[in-house]
Amino acid sequence: MGFRERLATAAVMAALAAVGAGCGGDDEEAAETAAGAATSAAAAAGEGTSFEAGTTMQAIKDKGKLVVGTKFDQPLFGQKAPSGDVEGFDTEIARELAAAITGSRDNVEFVEAVSKNREPFIEQGKVDIVVATYTINDKRKEVVSFAGPYYIAGQDIMVKSDNDTIAGIEDLNGKKVCSVEGSTSEANVKEQAPQAEVLLFDTYSQCAEALGDGRVEAVSTDNVILLGLIEQNGDAYKLVGKPFTEEPYGIGLKKDDTAFRTFINDELERMYEDGRWKKAFESTVGKVEKNTPEPPPVDRYE
Amino acid sequence: MGVVLDNLDRYADAFWVTVQLTALGFLGSLVLGTIVATMRVSPVAPLRAAGLVYVETFRNTPLLVLAVLFVFGLTKVGIRFSLFTTFVIVISIYTGAFVAETLRAGMNTVGRGQVEAARSIGLTFGQSLREVVLPQAFRTVVQPLGNVWIAMTKNTSIAAAVSVVDLTAVAGRLTTDLARPLPLFAGAAIGYLILTLPMGALVGALERRVAIVR
Amino acid sequence: MSDGTAVLYDTLGPRGRLRVRIASIVCGVLLAALVLLAIVRLEERGQFEPDLWQPFGEWVTWRSLLEGLQATLAAAAVAMALAAPIGLAMALGRLSLNRPTRWLAGGYVELFRAVPLLLFIYFAALGLPRYGIELSAFWYLVLPLVVYNSAVLGEIFRAGILSLDRGQGEAALAIGMTYWQSMLLVVVPQAVRRMVPALVSQLVTLLKDTSLGFVIPYAELLRTGQINGQFYGNLLQMTTVVALIYVAVNVSLGRVAVRLERRQARRYGSAGPHAVLGESDVALLAARAGDGRERAGL
Repeated sequence: MGFRERLATAAVMAALAAVGAGCGGDDEEAAETAAGAATSAAAAAGEGTSFEAGTTMQAIKDKGKLVVGTKFDQPLFGQKAPSGDVEGFDTEIARELAAAITGSRDNVEFVEAVSKNREPFIEQGKVDIVVATYTINDKRKEVVSFAGPYYIAGQDIMVKSDNDTIAGIEDLNGKKVCSVEGSTSEANVKEQAPQAEVLLFDTYSQCAEALGDGRVEAVSTDNVILLGLIEQNGDAYKLVGKPFTEEPYGIGLKKDDTAFRTFINDELERMYEDGRWKKAFESTVGKVEKNTPEPPPVDRYE
Repeated sequence: MGVVLDNLDRYADAFWVTVQLTALGFLGSLVLGTIVATMRVSPVAPLRAAGLVYVETFRNTPLLVLAVLFVFGLTKVGIRFSLFTTFVIVISIYTGAFVAETLRAGMNTVGRGQVEAARSIGLTFGQSLREVVLPQAFRTVVQPLGNVWIAMTKNTSIAAAVSVVDLTAVAGRLTTDLARPLPLFAGAAIGYLILTLPMGALVGALERRVAIVR
Repeated sequence: MSDGTAVLYDTLGPRGRLRVRIASIVCGVLLAALVLLAIVRLEERGQFEPDLWQPFGEWVTWRSLLEGLQATLAAAAVAMALAAPIGLAMALGRLSLNRPTRWLAGGYVELFRAVPLLLFIYFAALGLPRYGIELSAFWYLVLPLVVYNSAVLGEIFRAGILSLDRGQGEAALAIGMTYWQSMLLVVVPQAVRRMVPALVSQLVTLLKDTSLGFVIPYAELLRTGQINGQFYGNLLQMTTVVALIYVAVNVSLGRVAVRLERRQARRYGSAGPHAVLGESDVALLAARAGDGRERAGL
């Protein structure tokens, strides 16, 4: 009996120790090795483009893969599947850039970025670029540089699919509108539709439920969030499609890496022209938002 | 500490949130813990089983997992509370499991003879629990219970991970904006010390007061 | 039920037995009704729709959850392996005859035990990079875990050392050992052995705390569950499964702790007032041994 117990105890301890020794912090390395294998295959295939020595593009090409910070939990833009694939509009854009630099759409490694760690990721060089529903603004421009924008998000309104009375922000006056406490969305509604009755919830999924059971007639926040909610709720809801604020999404990169930034901007413009941008949009966000917008002009700010 | 003083109003608001979480969590876990501990020693088998399941489940699930589960789960069954209220419920349930176990351990330290004596002079289950076991158990559990609640005070920080703006959240948010982590986090840490140090002192004083010389 | 509480009620007579039986049935029915109510509510809200549970029939879901669990266990194991020796050093430092050492170790333990772990993690993940310290997500989680747990373990070890009979150390000194010899060869091995169940309890706590890696984000079990839940649109179901995995792992670890305790009780006899039953008792011991020095009691 004593022996059996000791054996059981030892087995558990050994299992724990094995786990500790086996994977102490090198799960990232494992991912890298996997990515590395894909890379060498592509490199062997060989491709033409070469860049000036010392540029970021050449460094990425030498490394064999583009490391991209992106959201893993933003439906339609960056969403990781249990299989490990990361899919969405952001990741499609990133893959096109990887193809332009390394010759293959597969030479890309996605790292999970959350809103708080996007600037540190770029500053520390943990990623080459950040494509993660990343709004360009002056404060961020102080620490990182932006290529793009490649998409203009904006605050929009979500209503039930059969609702035809709300066509824009003005129509919210006198209606019950759901938003999240303390968000800029709340402030925007109050400013542009002062007679709207704004009900505040904690999360947007709660807003979606309130819309479902009729406690509110509309939900208002960034269209990107709304599109995600629409995707998750089948076709019960729809987007009004008239954004009344502008959130230009850019591609973050190391501050003042002008050559890299110009390269990405040029490549974005090529994507606009040859239809790759449109294809990327339609295969992701387009599944929910049927009207493909015109791509926004890139902003080569000083 | 200049950056902390500049944002003193935000720290004060956040500190108040942490104080409320602590106070409400204390009350909630005390009530739940006492009920569950009583269930666990009762002669009624289904109650004992329910108590055991409660303790084993909530002691072994991380607080953050429970918080996430309740934040998403409650709305799914049509119960709507604010994030703050939801977190108070979660931390009460979680801490309640520890309070229950501490109380039960305390009861077990009361000598068998004490209970036998109580029974032999004709006290009922309720009476012997109330009059003999619990008062003695209380003495042995003052310190461990105090530690449970001090740990709970620190655990209220997990509210920050589900978007409640408490001390921890404020330190995190200001760091993103101001890039002065050390003073900002030290400010929050001092906020927690303001709560936990007097609690520790109180527990110590109480412990000395009720200590029985054996 | 062989413990003290069993005598709270006598072996019941016929009437008592009847009453308990009635109470059992009533309570059983009430509890069952409660569970049923919850199930009905979930059913009404469509939470048992096959669509929401169907992902659990696929290997790919379990593979990603197991990867998450592996990341959780890895962080816990590495953190424990690093925190234990540091904790022991702190315990020895606090009991050292040298005053500055005592103060330093005491300061470390008291400071780091008093601060919420999540605050540390935010500091590591958001703050350290500002000072040019750049680590992987794994270390942003493990480093705070090590610092915090080494402080906690320091107190556990100290309680263990103080719970030993003074005679052990004195006897060692009497046969000519130096202070350090008596500590390292006689006192510490016994104290550590005595504290093994408490160490396992702390390991459970540590394992639960790895879930805070969620905020960094480090792809541990909870984070993985969240991303999967977002993908399948079944956050409630996915988080429930994640919670059950934690319970399963921690209950198994708890079993180990109980076995170790029993084995100790058999081998060393029930150590009387020094028997160590779990976390709360360690706190109790620490408090007693600390003689009020432990007033902060964190």
